[in-house]
Amino acid sequence: MTTPPRETFRDALSVALTVGAYGVAFGAAGIAAGFSVLQTCLFSLLTFTGASQFAAVGVMAAGGGAVSAIAAATMLGTRNALYGLQMAPLVRVKGLRRVAAAHLTIDESTGVALAQTPRGTHAMRVGFWVTGSGVFLFWNLFTLLGALGAKALGNPASWGLDAAVPAAFLGLLWPRLTTTYLRVIAATSMVFALLVTPWLPAGVPIIASVLVAVLGGWRER
Amino acid sequence: MSSTTAWIVLASTSVLCFSVKLLGYYVPQGWLAHPRLQRVNALVPISLLSALVVAEGFVIKTHVVLDHRLAGLAVALAALFAKLPFPVVVVSAALTSALVYHLH
Repeated sequence: MTTPPRETFRDALSVALTVGAYGVAFGAAGIAAGFSVLQTCLFSLLTFTGASQFAAVGVMAAGGGAVSAIAAATMLGTRNALYGLQMAPLVRVKGLRRVAAAHLTIDESTGVALAQTPRGTHAMRVGFWVTGSGVFLFWNLFTLLGALGAKALGNPASWGLDAAVPAAFLGLLWPRLTTTYLRVIAATSMVFALLVTPWLPAGVPIIASVLVAVLGGWRER
Repeated sequence: MSSTTAWIVLASTSVLCFSVKLLGYYVPQGWLAHPRLQRVNALVPISLLSALVVAEGFVIKTHVVLDHRLAGLAVALAALFAKLPFPVVVVSAALTSALVYHLH
């Protein structure tokens, strides 16, 4: 077994710090939605998958029901199962370590691990663990800072927090729109969600947009 | 939102999101490998995040509304086109929205 190149550590830590800093936005979004500082921090500790966390608090902020919030968050989290499927044969751990590996299985840890492929299996494994635990550390730290900051600010609209949340979603969406087809899916989902808004309870249009994904992915293209 | 609702959302989201993660480590390789499931699953985040952008940006309860948040989102979009980093996108959107909110 060779020592992983320093580049692996550098990749992992720079991703961990950058992504972790987004935690400020989540901390603020949690408070703006009406969650307490403790609840907002527990989201980052226990749910620990950014887009799902934003979805749960976002649906509640939009006046949606608990079921819509939970469903939107869970559906956004399903991609982590596919990441786990790819990471399981790589990390090859059992028991508590497997539980820890599962909890750290997110976009960033999987992404950095897969990016290390040319450097070998050991580098991939190191990339996964260092990125996963690094994001975990910084994400939770910055969530606390964001939550405390938002708590001190008061009225969310007065500080633009109500626009920061959709802007955060746009920022999460943007890098995924790599092909024309994906951009069409995004635009269709937006139009669809707005069209059904007057007819469905708050929060449900978000869940209903999955229909666009199902139709869009049904046939091979 | 009542405190009880907040705790229910927090607990359920955490348990379900963790279960989904764990699922990937326990199901036999190949179970989730069905091509249709893979294709749909790749699109689910796109659809949900897109719907969340408009639901958070242009909706109050069940009404489509254009307000100060539109200005914030327009600036966020411009920042993304300019390839500015995520914190800049979010903060510039917030500042613009707050400015328009106070001008009204």
